[in-house]
Amino acid sequence: MTTTDTPTPATDALGVPADAPATSTDAPAQTVAAADPLVIAGKTLGSRLIMGTGGATDLAALERALLASRTELTTVAMRRFSADAGTSVFALLQRLGIMALPNTAGCYSARDAVLTAELAREALETDWVKLEVIADEDTLLPDGVQLLEATEELVRRGFTVLPYTTDDPVLARQLEEAGAAAVMPLGSPIGTGLGILNPHNIALITARAGVPVVLDAGIGTASEAAQAMELGCSAVLVASAVTRAQDPEAMARAMDLAVRGGREASRAGRIPRRQLALASSSFDGIIETAGTSREAESL
Amino acid sequence: MIPVTINGEPAEVPAGWTVRDLVADRIGHPVGEDGRALDGRALGVAVALDDAVVPRSRWAATALAADARCEFVTAVQGG
Repeated sequence: MTTTDTPTPATDALGVPADAPATSTDAPAQTVAAADPLVIAGKTLGSRLIMGTGGATDLAALERALLASRTELTTVAMRRFSADAGTSVFALLQRLGIMALPNTAGCYSARDAVLTAELAREALETDWVKLEVIADEDTLLPDGVQLLEATEELVRRGFTVLPYTTDDPVLARQLEEAGAAAVMPLGSPIGTGLGILNPHNIALITARAGVPVVLDAGIGTASEAAQAMELGCSAVLVASAVTRAQDPEAMARAMDLAVRGGREASRAGRIPRRQLALASSSFDGIIETAGTSREAESL
Repeated sequence: MIPVTINGEPAEVPAGWTVRDLVADRIGHPVGEDGRALDGRALGVAVALDDAVVPRSRWAATALAADARCEFVTAVQGG
């Protein structure tokens, strides 16, 4: 024991992901966000819930959902300017103090995605981009070849690239090696609400990733967001699950709680799965009635 | 007037119009020399001419050439 009063940092024996700061065992209680921020490309975010804005019926409903979600990072799409819509979505995020994360939704080629990212950088004054390069309209699944090519090009151009990818651990690794600031594997196809179809792959990705893993797409309800965090994801992105819920504001709040609960569970370290029961009450001192013999049964 | 294409639609703009003139006309607000709102706020829009982004600092100095293909974009709900 030394004379210093510096708290001893906790070990990472529980497999706390790389972006988690060292915590101290005897520090005063802090809020989850303050003690355990999400860090992507050096930027600290107080919430591990990233929101999308697609699917909301109107801006007022979107605003209520964004506030309820406590998100600090929210995606927008880039489209041709129309006098009707103006710049209202960007203005809303600015007013709420939420960082806009432009995506390249709708791009089918690396070339289109790169130009869209360049336009977004200029319009929104951020070099962050959620990179989407999709293969076809029916599945909206990422095109891995184009995605990797676009990631390499955008990293060369100084972007902070967060690619939306399949749940393929090999591709996730390749994107990280190409310089992605985070990888965003899907749980299931966009808008399906089918949840996490291949939890084993998501766990493989999170176990081997050196950058934050953000579960993106397919989340339908809060338990699936919690599951993503329990699988080791650093954050979750939801759009349709909130904006198309019957009560978007309530679902946004549920997602926030789920992400925080899942993160806490992930850090707490779950018990191993067993084939047979393991009593939580001791059998010592248990009573006997006529005709029963604990010794005989335990054989 | 000179013919151009703006967001896929044929259009005519006065000769000598710059990107800044176009943006100010479309958004309905004045745009400063620096390509920002007069109070310094970001406008949230971007312009590409013939597939190359024109930085907002160059809007005031970039004239629209005849037959220029202009993409004028902003953030919308999505993702």
